[in-house]
Amino acid sequence: MVATLKIENLSIKYHTLDDETEAVKNLNLDVNDGEFISIVGPSGCGKTTILSAIAGLLRPSSGKIYLDGSEINYPCNKNCNKIGYMLQRDHLFEWRSILKNVTLGLEIQNKFNKNSVKKIEDMLQKYGLLSFKDYYPHQLSGGMRQRVALIRTLATDPEILLLDEPFSALDYQTRLAVSDEIYKIIKDEGKTTIMVTHDIAESISLSDRVVVLSKRPAQIKNIYDIKLSVENRTPLKSREAPEFRYYFNAIWKELDIHVE
Amino acid sequence: MLNKNYSKEHEEYLKKLKRRKMAIITVQILILILFFVQWEIMANLKIVDPFLVSQPSRMVKFLIKLYNEGTLFRHIGVTCYETIIGFVLGTIIGTIIAILLWASDFISKVLDPYLVVLNALPKIALGPIIIFWVGNGQPAIIAIALMISLIVTIISVSSGFKEVDKDKIKLLQTFGASKLQILRYVVLPSSIPTMISALKINVGLSWVGVIVGEFLVAQEGLGFLIVFGGQVAQLDMVMLSIIILSVAAYLMYEIVAIFERKYLRWRG
Ligand SMILES: Nc1ncnc2c1ncn2[C@@H]1O[C@H](COP(=O)(O)OP(=O)(O)OP(=O)(O)O)[C@@H](O)[C@H]1O
Ligand SMILES: [Mg+2]
Repeated sequence: MVATLKIENLSIKYHTLDDETEAVKNLNLDVNDGEFISIVGPSGCGKTTILSAIAGLLRPSSGKIYLDGSEINYPCNKNCNKIGYMLQRDHLFEWRSILKNVTLGLEIQNKFNKNSVKKIEDMLQKYGLLSFKDYYPHQLSGGMRQRVALIRTLATDPEILLLDEPFSALDYQTRLAVSDEIYKIIKDEGKTTIMVTHDIAESISLSDRVVVLSKRPAQIKNIYDIKLSVENRTPLKSREAPEFRYYFNAIWKELDIHVE
Repeated sequence: MLNKNYSKEHEEYLKKLKRRKMAIITVQILILILFFVQWEIMANLKIVDPFLVSQPSRMVKFLIKLYNEGTLFRHIGVTCYETIIGFVLGTIIGTIIAILLWASDFISKVLDPYLVVLNALPKIALGPIIIFWVGNGQPAIIAIALMISLIVTIISVSSGFKEVDKDKIKLLQTFGASKLQILRYVVLPSSIPTMISALKINVGLSWVGVIVGEFLVAQEGLGFLIVFGGQVAQLDMVMLSIIILSVAAYLMYEIVAIFERKYLRWRG
């Protein structure tokens, strides 16, 4: 299979007046078409940094990233439009209605027209948000906001989705429900996805592969192929798979988290 | 939510709030009335000298005289006009300069100390220079009002721009937004509250500028009436003008506040 996304020897350093921080070191990763990959790693190890580099938002110190064979540059080039990046919080614009929030990316990319409104309304309909299209973000629950943020990302029809802890703002119950919904949306739309998370169970339940990173500077410690014996896999069902515990323990040990 | 059926307890609560609000307004009006009544009585009884502090009945007489001469609204109109032009221009020009500063971090850093100095300088001190440059008339008054509000606007709007959520900007960048698009889609809309609060401050500052300007050069307007009244020892004229000024300033502030409420609907 041809890799959609190819990361080669990626290293990233941050420079500030009083320090230099090495966030990512020599990272190599191939992501296949339609794959769901999770990245787990200790807090502050460089996960967001990796996503930002893929999205062309910062300049790597060295290394290259290819999407469909063409290189991603900084500042981001045409390739950017193929990437949908969902940030750590939903960042809905309070002053825009839900519909206008969803169309934001299209407006920026000058792709906004009658057809796209139709398409977006269909999507809102499908994911149960159509009746809220004229509401403002503060009138929505956390889970709904998260879905709106995802639809906003999907509206520009990216090839690859980058999700940065998409569920971290939600309470546990909502989190389970919303991750189920969002998983379904992503599979429906057939997107390649890279998700960053702190939550080991979440990473196993959603992904085809889990990438475990070391402490900063981020390097790949191990990659787990998640093979679960459940039919019609959904995140909730995955949690009941017999192999779930095995993966959980292995990744937990790998992360090597000490409470000091 | 108006057509909802509330419980008795909630209705009681609403009623209590309403009663309290009425009480506050009533006391506020009473204070005003009492103030003018005691003023009138004290002046009548010669406890205070009406020549020095005037007296409500004399002010009313003077008001009617101005009205009959047909100059009352002319004076009020001129001053309000200058003030509105002053604060609207101050806000618009200040915001435009703030946008330019936002566009270039370098220029912004370079100009920073100069802005601080200009901000600290009492702008009134520039009055005579402005009159010298702009001429002895209305443009000079507006220019003084503008000077006073301009620098504050630049500084407060600029700092509002800087406080815009970096992640919202990052979000736009993930869609490949240009600098202009970032300005249009996030920086300006999320700074509207700052701009409105600048507008509110500018209303007050603009009154100061206009009155000072009128002290210096005017042939008409409320500021002119105040100075002129002082020169000819007509305290009725001075006091009346001050009271009209207070009412006008209050009304203008309220109009801006209504504007604010209207535009901040989405904040909920
Ligand atoms: N703009 C920046 N300038 C300097 N250092 C930075 C910058 N952004 C991140 N860093 C540093 O780089 C390291 C990695 O940051 P990053 O945000 O990628 O971590 P993360 O794995 O996403 O953390 P978290 O799990 O808390 O989200 C951290 O030590 C952070 O302090
Ligand atoms: Mg992060």
